[in-house]
Amino acid sequence: MTIPSDAQLREILVDMVIARTQSGRLWNLQRQGQVGTVAPVDGHEATIVAATHALDTEHDWVVPQYREPLALRRYGPEILECFMLYSLGHPAGGHIPDPIRVLPNQISLGTQIPHAVGISWGMTLRSEPGIALVFFGDGSSSEGDFYEAGNLAGVINAPVVMLCVNNRWAISTPVHLQTAAESFADKAAAFGIPGVTVDGNDATAVYDAVDEARKRALAGLGPTLIEAVIYRLGAHTTADDPSRYVPPEDLEAARRDDPVLRLACHLRELDLWDDVAQEETEAEALGLIDSAFDAAKSTPLTPDALLDNCFSTDTQRLARQRFQLLQARMTEAN
Amino acid sequence: MTDTLDGGTVSDLTMLQAINETLHAEMARDDRVVVLGEDVARNGGVFRATEGLFEKFGEHRVVDTPISEAVIAGATVGLAIAGLVPVAEIQFLGFSYQAMHQLAGQVARLRYRTQGRYEPAITIRAPFGGGVRTPELHSDSLEAQFANMAGLKIVMPATAADAKGLLASSIREPDPVLFLEPLRGYRGIRGDVPNGDHLIPLGVARTAREGDDVVIITWSYQVELACRVADSLHSEGLSVRVLDLRSIVPLDIQAIAEAVTQCGRAVVVEESCETGGFAAEVVATINEECFWSLEAPVVRVSGYDVPYPVGMLEDVYVPDEARITTAVRRTLELG
Ligand SMILES: Cc1ncc(C[n+]2csc(CCOP(=O)(O)OP(=O)(O)O)c2C)c(N)n1
Ligand SMILES: [Mg+2]
Repeated sequence: MTIPSDAQLREILVDMVIARTQSGRLWNLQRQGQVGTVAPVDGHEATIVAATHALDTEHDWVVPQYREPLALRRYGPEILECFMLYSLGHPAGGHIPDPIRVLPNQISLGTQIPHAVGISWGMTLRSEPGIALVFFGDGSSSEGDFYEAGNLAGVINAPVVMLCVNNRWAISTPVHLQTAAESFADKAAAFGIPGVTVDGNDATAVYDAVDEARKRALAGLGPTLIEAVIYRLGAHTTADDPSRYVPPEDLEAARRDDPVLRLACHLRELDLWDDVAQEETEAEALGLIDSAFDAAKSTPLTPDALLDNCFSTDTQRLARQRFQLLQARMTEAN
Repeated sequence: MTDTLDGGTVSDLTMLQAINETLHAEMARDDRVVVLGEDVARNGGVFRATEGLFEKFGEHRVVDTPISEAVIAGATVGLAIAGLVPVAEIQFLGFSYQAMHQLAGQVARLRYRTQGRYEPAITIRAPFGGGVRTPELHSDSLEAQFANMAGLKIVMPATAADAKGLLASSIREPDPVLFLEPLRGYRGIRGDVPNGDHLIPLGVARTAREGDDVVIITWSYQVELACRVADSLHSEGLSVRVLDLRSIVPLDIQAIAEAVTQCGRAVVVEESCETGGFAAEVVATINEECFWSLEAPVVRVSGYDVPYPVGMLEDVYVPDEARITTAVRRTLELG
């Protein structure tokens, strides 16, 4: 068993508090009409942050769904910068710069799992050390891509860690309507790979499970399916009203096991955390997101940006369209 | 092997042999090229397009996958991100439906959605098209559906030499390419294929027959039929040009405009059903580029608006020389 050191746990908590705080700010920005749809991170912090703290950022890839970006700080400040562009709807939000090994958000549920298997497979073909860690929700595990990807990963022994984030909900659909299986980890049996369930609110447990899965993968022992059990503490997104379907008593119980409070409590007992640390970290989080948002807002867009990066070079058709678009925009401007 | 005028040599190959040879050459040339798909390794592909690759390049670079079209397509995205050059096979194009969300939603969009961070040097090969009495869903011509997925190039060779030159370019291309191989052409089309490196840039149409009374615009196996029609009408004193598009994305708009301007009359032939078929796109392009040079309305020859039929109805469905000939005569009578 690999337990993160107290110092590591503190770093994990800092990232968790930053993610929670920034998610709240983003929610408000959406309510002010300043950004598009937001999927809050509340309740997911320990799972995402601890999992990525068990990775080697230089070599290991992270393949997210859509709730993760604010909790991926460890991979560099560019993640937040891109995420703010993304939230604004700026195309550059999809370009997380080289050499950061994090893919942009995936909206088409489950499709990122084959990508992660492909990346990790490619790394073995190129004899590169490293693994791919893919996040997907309990709901996404019902997609065919999960089964096809898990099955292929098992057959080719891909160094991939499949992390199913079971937050009990897929929008309004509870897990018992998602699967009749005892657990999501049980599905590993169909792939012939190990499946483990961890308490996703326990940063140490998540770190340990990912660390072990990663070591197995690096040792050539293949993929692992990890199910992290948490509870979605917020709405699905800014477009959702969870009071229509989340039983208040369940939410109340889940709040008592809030992963951020839980780790903060633990570190307070060790004298590694206090109100000052909390306030300073929250202030830092707000400073970071506000300046990233300002930078995003002042990132220019060329008049024909719409047509960039579809192909390596414009086809005849695109060249004609670019000409027409620029002409139309010039006429508008005059 | 024969010598050519320019000092090179050619071999007489079927389209299938040309494809197989090109895969061998590209794998030897670039060790990032990996081949994956159902039955592609040990069996050399159900049509033998990948024959010998497994023996020569080994199990790491030539991989039999589970029967999972979505993850075959989806894994190419990851492989490309990891710096490889995947060449995947979908055993029959009709089964690309099982991979549509990965092809349309992911493969085609990777460059755009990451604004160029990743180069999707991905090639997806698939046989398709009628005339060989396959079971259901093996023969459908789905190219128009893919043409409507921005970000994907769609290459459809009509000759053995082009199969080589276009496949080599497709594999080296930094954009995702759907490379469609006509089932009837695998063994039914043969010809001189240049030996050694032979590259044909994507998006440059080819004049398969010279002529100036009317132009037949088409692609893939229908080029073969159009040429036969042109040859037989030649004896009647008609000068029929055949323009082989080679790829429908990128589309050689200039070549279409030139041919139609010079001939004044055009027939567009396709094997898919008519509504929403790619021929409609070609006709719209003609309208935009050279409407005033037309002497008669453009005529389309397509399959019918029904699902691809069973064997006894196949020859009714797929355009043949008689239907193309009738269409050519009609454009000459009109206007
Ligand atoms: C293929 C696909 N189907 C449906 C949707 C609409 N949708 C968006 S999020 C969501 C629920 C996903 O639940 P889960 O995977 O558990 O992730 P969570 O939101 O709980 O983190 C649905 C149905 C989608 N984005 N993609
Ligand atoms: Mg969920």
